Amino acid sequence: MRSDPTQFALTAPASLQAVLAQLAQNPGTHIPIAGGTELMVALAAGRLPRHSFLSISHLPELRFIRITPDAIHLGANTTFTDIRRNPTIAADLPLLTLAASWTGSIANQNRATLGGNLCNASPAADTPPALLVYDATVTLISSGAAPGEIVQRTLPYRDFYLAYKSTVLRPDELLHTITIPRAYSVHRHFLRKVGTRNAQAISKTALAALALVSESPATTSDSPSTTPCARHIQTIRLAAASLADRPIRLYATEAALQNASLAPAHLDATLRRARAAFATEAHPIDDIRSTARYRTAVAANLLEDFLRSLTT
Amino acid sequence: MSQGNPILGTSPLRKEGRAKVLGATQYIDDLTLPGLWHGTTIRSTIARGRIKSITFDPQINWSEYAIVRAADIPGENSIVHLTRDHPCLAATEINHVAEPILLLAHPEKSALLAARSAIHIDYDELPGVFTIEASEAAVEALHHDPNATSNIIWSGSNSGGTPNCFKQYQMHTGEADETEDALAAAFESADFIITGEYTTGAQEQLYIEPNGVIAECDIDPATGHIRGVTVRGSMQCPYYLVHALALVFNLPEENCRVLQVETGGAFGGKEDFPSVIGSHAALLAMKCGHPVKIIYDRSEDMAATTKRHPSRTRIRTAVSRDGKLLAGTIDIALDGGAYATLSPVVLSRATLHAPGPYKWPHLRVRAKAMATNIPPHGAFRGFGAPQSLFALERHIDKIAHTLGLTPEEIRRRNFLSTGDRTATGQLLTEPVDMQHLLTRALADSGYHARRDRFAAENPTSRIKRGIGIAAFMHGAGFTGSGERRLNSLVHLDILPNGLPQILVSSTEFGQGTNTILCQVAAEALALPYDDILIHQPDTTLVPDSGPTVASRTAMIVGKLVERAAHQILTTLRTHASLPTPHTRAQFIAAAQSYLTRHNHLRASTRYQPATKIHWDDDLYRGDAYPAYAWAVYVAEVAVDLSTYTATVTRFDALQEVGRVLHPILARGQIEGGIAQGIGYALYEKCVYQNGHLMNNQMTNYIMPTSADLPTIHVYFEETPSPHGPGGAKGIGELPMDGPAPAILNAIEDATGIAFTAIPLLPEDIFERLTAYTTHPHGGTEDLNPATDLDTETESPRVSA
Repeated sequence: MRSDPTQFALTAPASLQAVLAQLAQNPGTHIPIAGGTELMVALAAGRLPRHSFLSISHLPELRFIRITPDAIHLGANTTFTDIRRNPTIAADLPLLTLAASWTGSIANQNRATLGGNLCNASPAADTPPALLVYDATVTLISSGAAPGEIVQRTLPYRDFYLAYKSTVLRPDELLHTITIPRAYSVHRHFLRKVGTRNAQAISKTALAALALVSESPATTSDSPSTTPCARHIQTIRLAAASLADRPIRLYATEAALQNASLAPAHLDATLRRARAAFATEAHPIDDIRSTARYRTAVAANLLEDFLRSLTT
Repeated sequence: MSQGNPILGTSPLRKEGRAKVLGATQYIDDLTLPGLWHGTTIRSTIARGRIKSITFDPQINWSEYAIVRAADIPGENSIVHLTRDHPCLAATEINHVAEPILLLAHPEKSALLAARSAIHIDYDELPGVFTIEASEAAVEALHHDPNATSNIIWSGSNSGGTPNCFKQYQMHTGEADETEDALAAAFESADFIITGEYTTGAQEQLYIEPNGVIAECDIDPATGHIRGVTVRGSMQCPYYLVHALALVFNLPEENCRVLQVETGGAFGGKEDFPSVIGSHAALLAMKCGHPVKIIYDRSEDMAATTKRHPSRTRIRTAVSRDGKLLAGTIDIALDGGAYATLSPVVLSRATLHAPGPYKWPHLRVRAKAMATNIPPHGAFRGFGAPQSLFALERHIDKIAHTLGLTPEEIRRRNFLSTGDRTATGQLLTEPVDMQHLLTRALADSGYHARRDRFAAENPTSRIKRGIGIAAFMHGAGFTGSGERRLNSLVHLDILPNGLPQILVSSTEFGQGTNTILCQVAAEALALPYDDILIHQPDTTLVPDSGPTVASRTAMIVGKLVERAAHQILTTLRTHASLPTPHTRAQFIAAAQSYLTRHNHLRASTRYQPATKIHWDDDLYRGDAYPAYAWAVYVAEVAVDLSTYTATVTRFDALQEVGRVLHPILARGQIEGGIAQGIGYALYEKCVYQNGHLMNNQMTNYIMPTSADLPTIHVYFEETPSPHGPGGAKGIGELPMDGPAPAILNAIEDATGIAFTAIPLLPEDIFERLTAYTTHPHGGTEDLNPATDLDTETESPRVSA
């Protein structure tokens, strides 16, 4: 332990309103702490700046999984274990269940929350690529003008990050809900993490993909490699970890693959276009875990593995 | 045999197992003493230079703290080793990062944190020497210009050290000049000359429990003289710490008491290092007049304590067309780090294992340990042998590929067997059957069928599979005349209740010392295993049975326990009418009757060398070890061409270790050693930057988890040895030697690429597999340890 815990203030306000009130009162002085699995590591290493921490882990208002016909709503305090144990998530959003199973140890999974994973904003985090391809939205809350009033705003999760370890959350805001559409029953789902080892590892890179494959005529036929009636990609979403300063959607690659043919005669051309587009938007770095060259090459290989899997 | 059941060869519960499973075991950090203070170490932040000044920030009330510097050391400022070059605390010269400079103690542990950041040390920094090659270059420069000393970081010693080189050995298969002539002739006329260079990296022991001790200092209140010091701690070798304390405190050894407490793993990492932390805590106890506890956290333990020696081995072989080794030269260089410590001994084992289990008509091995500005490298399971056996077993495969022979056949044509002489001239009188071990290992592992299947499947698969073998041996006990010098002593007491208690300084640190020694005594005394007690090592009570290292405990100490037990029986049969055979009740009755008449009954046995063991330290010839364990390991790998990741998918380990004393423990030793060997080969990389270990936490120092390990099949061949109790030999280090070469041989089988360096990480495989031309990229050499894209916490903003 390289920090002195007595030098840190930790309070546990009784209600969500009380937390929001404290955040609003002195914006920037308090840091919310839920599972604490990231902050505790930094604390032990002596890397955690002194702050006042507001515990939110005891607030039942933030720990829920609400299933509606169209969407799954996850409270920010939903733990990785909660996610892993939910059969609806496993059926509808298998990539989220898979990503949750990879994070840390079982003990970590029992404490760590989905909200914490997103707000910590590591470019290497496990759940963001899955949530990005599932097109999640996030609901942020803060204190309103009237006493006890809570105001909220909702935005696409893909717009949540601003830069390295930086999000759109204002100092007076909390992440409240992550909402994911239940719209992927006929899609092909893919997620592969390449970590430093097979468990308890931080990603060197990871790629999530979601695609709708069609045998019917393509809606547009301006692309030369698109053959009507041949097997092709109708829609595709791709997202990656550790390829940039934040978790990213691979928009250029998605665009290059829109309506791309998966017919045997065209597959090589499709793969070439995918790799070329991918190269324009993968910007990893050399760090202590891997090299930029390796990350780029492996993520491109994973993309190819996924595209090849769509041919059958 | 009163119970009629043999005890050796069965697997009774571990002596300390129940307490460990119930969480009742007290490790050093669980213990406290009245008035205990906490200690910490202020360390250098540069790799090489001189201390200019040390400033204490006045905002701290320093009178509350005990502060120890080099000048406070009452005896010699030196940690005892073969060479006295290793300061207990740096006075002015700094030779590695994390070198201890000051010690602080305070009643409150948290008060140490503030104090640490209030001490400012200024240095005159010098450029560091961080690799074997840089250290050699400095020696080369010195040869050309005697004034070119700027990169000479270690001056020499009176025990064989020369500038930048802690130790050198030269070993020949015969008389030196004749061997050199024969080598020259063989290389002149051989069908093939095959050369190779092989390198291995540093490896952290990663015992679960970091280093820790509690020390007390007994000061005469009237005179202020130090009467004695006592250190309790996590350690392998209590008497090593006694020797260290005697030098640092200038006290007689009998006034330095050391107690080993339950130790959470060691692997060599607690062989010599407790001498450092133990001396430090005792100095603080002297200064503050209170017991002082020092416990390292994982980061400090990894940054400041010993690791396995990195190595570079160059092999040149002359081979006949039919695959016979005709002659060879092997040049080994180890990176010893900043001080000599145990490097000469590690280097010796590297030298003696370099020839492997093969017949060499003519061989020269030259070995040297070079100084670098890295924290001293030290003991780690295998102790030099994994480095030289990695090189040799990769090279043997290279010879096979060059000649168009199978890896199996090249080994068969060169194996040592009973009646042969090893490269040091040792006559193998006890049975050695490597041919049979290889046959059985290949059969039990289904080697040939799998190899054929992979050859058929690989061309159409993104996953390339391969299978590789390694054949090797590991010497049990100390090298050459080492056991004679150790002169180990064991006591076996009969307690008032008529039951025996073993007194040894051999320590339990998870490997099973307590259990097997009690089994040996139980078997020899024909008593139930549960009746045998073993005393926790306390140097005021237990004799020096030698260090718990070098695969020597079962064979050497076990034999002493067995002999002591036989002495007790002889005494009781002669003087207390103990019948033959006897029951437990008869034993207790005889023992108690003896005690009534004589007050105490103790058998003491001292090491007796087998008269045939001869070793010449100067020529490096003779009987290098009393006995060897022999092994053939088979590794299967899968290399994923999407991720360039090599995974070990199956492992088969066959070894001949003499009689297996405790099958469950023995199997555990083998499985654990193989897991460590897999880490050594494919995962564990010490990333240094300017002499700083940058990945000194388990997040980024990648040890394989159970999810990364294959099923490990363990097989034993039991050929009883005359040297150990019940026919046992050493087993502890053996499994560390074979995995790395077997795995890299398998990767070559899978990919056709001959990798020669470990650790071999996916980035390294990627660069080789994708390199169409020579390129400037270095795989993991391109890692940027200054950056971590995940774990920085600039302004953490964790929300719900």
